[in-house]
Amino acid sequence: MYDGGKIIAGLIIGIGLLMSPFFYNAGKAAKAPERVLTEKAKQAKECILDKAQMTASHFKLLDEWRHTVVRDGQRYYKRADGKVLYKSLQVTCMDCHSNKANFCDQCHNYMAVTPYCWDCHIAPEEKK
Amino acid sequence: MGIDRRAFLKIAGLSTILGLGGKAAFDILAPGELEASTNAASPGAGKRWAMAIDARLVDDKVISEATSACHRHHNVPDLDSAKEEIKWIWEEDYEHSFPGHQHEFVSDDIKHAKFLLLCNHCSNPPCCRVCPTKATWQRADGIVMMDPHRCIGCRFCMAACPFGARSFNWGDPRRVTRVPELVAKNQGFPYNKDYPTRAKGVVEKCTFCVDLLEKGEQPLCMTAANKVKKGSFTFGDLSDPESPIRSLLRKRYSLRRKFELGTNPNVFYLI
Repeated sequence: MYDGGKIIAGLIIGIGLLMSPFFYNAGKAAKAPERVLTEKAKQAKECILDKAQMTASHFKLLDEWRHTVVRDGQRYYKRADGKVLYKSLQVTCMDCHSNKANFCDQCHNYMAVTPYCWDCHIAPEEKK
Repeated sequence: MGIDRRAFLKIAGLSTILGLGGKAAFDILAPGELEASTNAASPGAGKRWAMAIDARLVDDKVISEATSACHRHHNVPDLDSAKEEIKWIWEEDYEHSFPGHQHEFVSDDIKHAKFLLLCNHCSNPPCCRVCPTKATWQRADGIVMMDPHRCIGCRFCMAACPFGARSFNWGDPRRVTRVPELVAKNQGFPYNKDYPTRAKGVVEKCTFCVDLLEKGEQPLCMTAANKVKKGSFTFGDLSDPESPIRSLLRKRYSLRRKFELGTNPNVFYLI
């Protein structure tokens, strides 16, 4: 191989540059944001499903609600304890979780997901 | 160079067999499959919602009250532009409401009457036939519903609707709170914090207040109009022969817009 030393040195520098962000950020993983509940949400104690299920798959529930409400006209949801809820992100969910910035956005930002709910649905007004 | 009879018969036989894979084969093996997408869903489920508007009782006050009740509940912005206009319910003159009926000797009261137009919730809706994503479809109770989550903004439905009942969001409707020329006309937008706005790039239209119907209430334009002029609007189920709307239609002569197109509109104008 001609100029082997230069090529290998170049490769090492090149790969080193590519990897530099990983070395730079090693061991400094951004901390997962804390869930912030409003007073109303704390008092209600129960959400639609239990806490673990809501954390893991609230979007599946919302998608199911959206589908059944808009397309099938089924507007009410019976919770496990028998309480009947009006299926609405804007009216029911955000009534308790009126702190969208701390409840929805900070975790979505951390996970780098950008749901388009709020293009149409109106977020509750928050004090800044 | 020709082919002999044996080769010709082989080719002819093979082409016949292959030809069976065409439309005829679909008709035999899966009847209805090919035509399925062009047939409108049946009104089904027992109900067929319809509205009757008494043209003699509709005046400026009824029009403004009904329009503002609807547009405020559904967060319809006033964009002050004919091209970008979003309308769920709107005013029109006789000539443009009923072009097929127009002639030069129409009685004066009708010629100068104002009509309130809205989505006709046709029993045979052309908009639903052309929608490539089923973002608009006919519910079992006949309401032509719109799912903005699914709308891709192709506007086929707007081309298909002969009544101009559909509006396209050329921009974010919430810009009315930012664009200085529009702010004054849209104070307090979005008016109803419990109802969404729409986003840029989706089509919208009247839903016969389906959210209220499911709560057992009546469409808002009707409630507002009847507060001004009692009996100007009647809403009900056409499939029930005893319903108020059916008995009204038995008694009074009614027009429907562009009925000759065969879409079977469900909004009736009593003359």
